[in-house]
Amino acid sequence: MTDIFSDVEPMVFKSRINVPYAWWTGETAERFFLALRDDKKIMGTRCPVCEKVFVPPRKVCPLCFHEKMAWVEVSSEGVLESFTIVKRQLAALTRKAPVIFGLIKLDGADTSILHYIENPGHEDIKIGTRVAAKFNEERSGSMQDIACFRPIS
Amino acid sequence: MDKAAVIGVGITKIEANKIKETFADMVWEAVNKALSDAKMTIDDIDNVITTSNDFWDGRTISCMAVGDASGARHKNVSCVEGDGTFGAFYGLARVLSGSYGTTLVTAHSKGSESVSSLITNAAFDPIYDRALGMDMVSACALQARAYMHRTGTTPEQMAMVSVKNHGNAKYNPLSQLPMDITVQDVLESEMISDPLHKLDCSPVSDGCCAVIIANGKRTSRYGGVPVWIKGVAFCADSYFIGDREISKAVALTKAAKNAFSMAQITDPLSEIDVAEVYDAFTYQELMWIEAMGLSEGGKAGINLEKGHYDIKGRLPVNPSGGLLSGHPVIAGGLIRIAEIVKQLRGEAGGYQVAGARTGVAHGVNGLCGQSHCVWVLTAS
Repeated sequence: MTDIFSDVEPMVFKSRINVPYAWWTGETAERFFLALRDDKKIMGTRCPVCEKVFVPPRKVCPLCFHEKMAWVEVSSEGVLESFTIVKRQLAALTRKAPVIFGLIKLDGADTSILHYIENPGHEDIKIGTRVAAKFNEERSGSMQDIACFRPIS
Repeated sequence: MDKAAVIGVGITKIEANKIKETFADMVWEAVNKALSDAKMTIDDIDNVITTSNDFWDGRTISCMAVGDASGARHKNVSCVEGDGTFGAFYGLARVLSGSYGTTLVTAHSKGSESVSSLITNAAFDPIYDRALGMDMVSACALQARAYMHRTGTTPEQMAMVSVKNHGNAKYNPLSQLPMDITVQDVLESEMISDPLHKLDCSPVSDGCCAVIIANGKRTSRYGGVPVWIKGVAFCADSYFIGDREISKAVALTKAAKNAFSMAQITDPLSEIDVAEVYDAFTYQELMWIEAMGLSEGGKAGINLEKGHYDIKGRLPVNPSGGLLSGHPVIAGGLIRIAEIVKQLRGEAGGYQVAGARTGVAHGVNGLCGQSHCVWVLTAS
């Protein structure tokens, strides 16, 4: 791309920026992840003021700024709000392209979650397609306890 | 709002890979262009706001490193992490406070030095969704599909944004990607994240912009041409993408409404002569115009087809070529302000919008346009 590099080898200082972090989930996400791991249940929290159910759960309602949220179980099935098929091997991808990401509104929730969509039956997926969570057999208490969502045929 | 104006602007050439200039060299160039444009010296600057991002700069407390190049040594300097329009908002607030007469605002980034996909992946929540491996492109692809679904906007209409903006860039000597392309070229370019083709996406870029804002008597002291700030508003939406109405930009609608109201604009569609909006992706230009009330709901694609957003159209949008023709993150929105200033002073050369008196500039930060800042400016 840049001709200036055609007959020279640039001297490169390789930065060692690699900042390790470990995040505490906090008690709200902890309860969500334990329900995924132990019971294959997807939990949300409902705001007593606006009555919206947030998944993933929040300790405080982001709309009302109210903290007395109630725990509710939502369905592991829902509707595809949008999706994309990533075809280029973008650096952030952790698996081989093509990868389908979806925004899924679970039945009983008022917000949507991001997750993988897998389409083994090569169905015609579109906005509005109903999908269901496929849980991993071995679960460790993370969003990855759900392997993906698949169209319900 | 009290009398305040942009009295000087400076933009570096936007390039894919500025190997001859460090980030500080770029800033120095933009600052000196702005000072010369305003007919000022650095001694006339009362305080400085820099806009930078530690991840993009690969440097902890990046704002502290850019101060020297901004002439901030021994001055009051503060920093904003986000888009340059947000830095300018802070700079404006500082002169309106009366504590300062002039503010120098800078915004820079060198996308060429890092991996955008990894940096934007780190914008996702580490507890719930970062591990999925999404980034700005894949997230915006989701939004593009939702917008297309709601409005009926077609891939061809999105492609026409790319054709228009790369075409406009031919008249902008600072632009990175002036190109003569067709709708077919866009549709046949690599599909990166369906429905976004390569030519639906802005490139990785290096560049810097500097803007000088003054209040009251200082607006006319130095001999430059002031462009008046009539309305400014900022609004942010929820952090989680799944909490938002993803096919709409509710926060932008609110910001635009407040900015227009402050500027006493009641019918933006007929009162705005030119717009520079944050077109990081083709669909965004259409979506932002609609959200700002500059197009009837869901009709932006159709209006574009009719040529309404061309340089000679009813409402020229991104006559400079926009971010699709060069996108230094962080500086992106500040460049939109500087481009509107050039238009309102009649100094936009080959991409000048004839008779432009009132313009709107727009900046974005966050995944899928989480937060927006809208500026309404008028000619002297």
